[in-house]
Amino acid sequence: MSRSSSHSVLPGFGLSLGYTLVYLSLLVLIPLAGLLAKSASLTLADIWAIATGPRALASFRVTFGASFIAACLNGFFGLIVAWVLVRYDFWGKRFIDALVDLPFALPTAVAGITLATLYAETGVIGEWFAKAGIKIAYTPLGIVVALTFIGLPFVVRTLQPVLEDIEPEVEEAAATLGASRWQTFRRVLFPAVFPALLTGFTLAFSRAIGEYGSVIFIAGNMPLISEITPLLIISKLEQYDFVGATALASVMLVISFVMLLAINLLQWWASNRHRSVPVKDAAALGGAQ
Amino acid sequence: MNTRRPLRFATLLATLLLAAGAQADTVLLNASYDVARDLYKDYNPAFQKAWQAKTGEKIEVKQSHGGSSKQVRAVADGLEADVVTMNQATDVDFLADKGLVAKDYTKKFPNNASPYTSTMVFIVRKGNPKGIKDWSDLVKSGVQVIVPHPKNTGNGRYTYLAAWGYALKQPGGSDKSAQEFVSKLLKNAPLFGTGGRDATTTFMQRRLGDVLVTFESEAELIAKEFGRGDFEVIYPSVSILTEFPVALVEKVVDKKGTRKQAHAYLEYLWSKEGQEIIAENYLRPRDPEVLKKHAAQFPAIKTFTVDETFGGWSKAFKAHFVDGGSFDQIYSVK
Repeated sequence: MSRSSSHSVLPGFGLSLGYTLVYLSLLVLIPLAGLLAKSASLTLADIWAIATGPRALASFRVTFGASFIAACLNGFFGLIVAWVLVRYDFWGKRFIDALVDLPFALPTAVAGITLATLYAETGVIGEWFAKAGIKIAYTPLGIVVALTFIGLPFVVRTLQPVLEDIEPEVEEAAATLGASRWQTFRRVLFPAVFPALLTGFTLAFSRAIGEYGSVIFIAGNMPLISEITPLLIISKLEQYDFVGATALASVMLVISFVMLLAINLLQWWASNRHRSVPVKDAAALGGAQ
Repeated sequence: MNTRRPLRFATLLATLLLAAGAQADTVLLNASYDVARDLYKDYNPAFQKAWQAKTGEKIEVKQSHGGSSKQVRAVADGLEADVVTMNQATDVDFLADKGLVAKDYTKKFPNNASPYTSTMVFIVRKGNPKGIKDWSDLVKSGVQVIVPHPKNTGNGRYTYLAAWGYALKQPGGSDKSAQEFVSKLLKNAPLFGTGGRDATTTFMQRRLGDVLVTFESEAELIAKEFGRGDFEVIYPSVSILTEFPVALVEKVVDKKGTRKQAHAYLEYLWSKEGQEIIAENYLRPRDPEVLKKHAAQFPAIKTFTVDETFGGWSKAFKAHFVDGGSFDQIYSVK
């Protein structure tokens, strides 16, 4: 009662909430519950044994480690790309802007095969690294390359609208108040961008954890070295060991959930910390007007 | 816009009518492994013609291709395939365990229900610069071997068993020496391909490795794709006979009432014409006459079967490819 009278001019809260719940249940909750139900036929000790085998542990390290590195790379370079696309006008900007979405649209297997060909020691790019003694394709480094590729748009696309909201005048104001360039970035721009950066990072990170299609072509898939967890799951499916596969998937789900929760908490903390002052100011400003 | 509508409607109607007119009396679905696409593209029209000539009935055969264990899972989950044509007994065995396929499916057709065979051979670079002649050359240091994942792919499993069988057949060969041999061979692999085709691409296009182990039939496809002048096929002293079992999906044919047609569809694979199409697709026909006719294409090679050397696929699978099997053991000591 109070909810409809207090805000929202438009009716239809009940309808849209019902729709949301049904939609999420059909697509997310029921399949996930099925996953957990299937692995429930195992005891916790069994699941523990599956999840702590040397190959499973190695694959967790590879999957989460490579995903984390890839998300960090995307966080850094994605910020630069987004900044350039928002702040500067140059010839071909629209084209580059469209290019950013390519990893969304390209079938992951195509991306994987292309990257493997380019970054193999005989490939156009891999050749140069091979001369320096660095092998990329068929090593964990190759996994990072593939995961960076698929994660890039998440960071850029979350940052762009936020950067657009920050007027260049803010920087000018900071400069007139005597802030150095570094201070302007660190104290003025970065706090405003940080929550969005974290969101982009989280999206890129979680996308990378589940990625299979592009990675397997460039990973090399050597046990204990370059085997990702989704490959181990497929390997169990190949043995018709459905329960084992779901157990591994559930463990991955729990780890991902905990990590995402932690990142969300960090985000909540960050936006609270940085917003507390501006919000008061805004209120004061609103009151004055 | 509005004036175009009747026209558009008429087109739609015509399309529907045409589609209905072309509707066959019976539709069969063949769930098959990935690379069988070319074979059945040639075989299906031949069967349709032969069946129509014999009975007057029009049959449409639809194909579904994919990784073999994915296909089998789909059939188990309710994909209404009348027949399955696979590249490994384990996949059909799974359906037999589920009661979808007869337990004695290998007895329902001649030759272990496998209308054709193939074997694992080596593909090397032109001129064979590393002098690779037999399995023992693959474990030498400095030789890079390209194979698909030995645990997860059919092609890789056959390679693994072929190498194992070779080592077992050497003087003083035992399971222990075979495991050491295979382990040395796998150490020479810089990567595991995700499937047969991926391994081929890695070897031929990215030019990684000195030798690719793959099906004999794949060599011809490589020649088609990359030209004949770029590689050589080496037949080792002994290799594994790969069988490709076919079976009726009992539950589906009973439900759809297509038992007669589905059975004839599989049986026709053993006919002269079927065997000829098989040979043209570089798979070794069972019919001795057809095989003789294509002898130039299929050099004689000593082979062993999974049944002889490993006591059947299910035993081989349990010993080598399940979690904790011999493949996993190779990678647990490190």
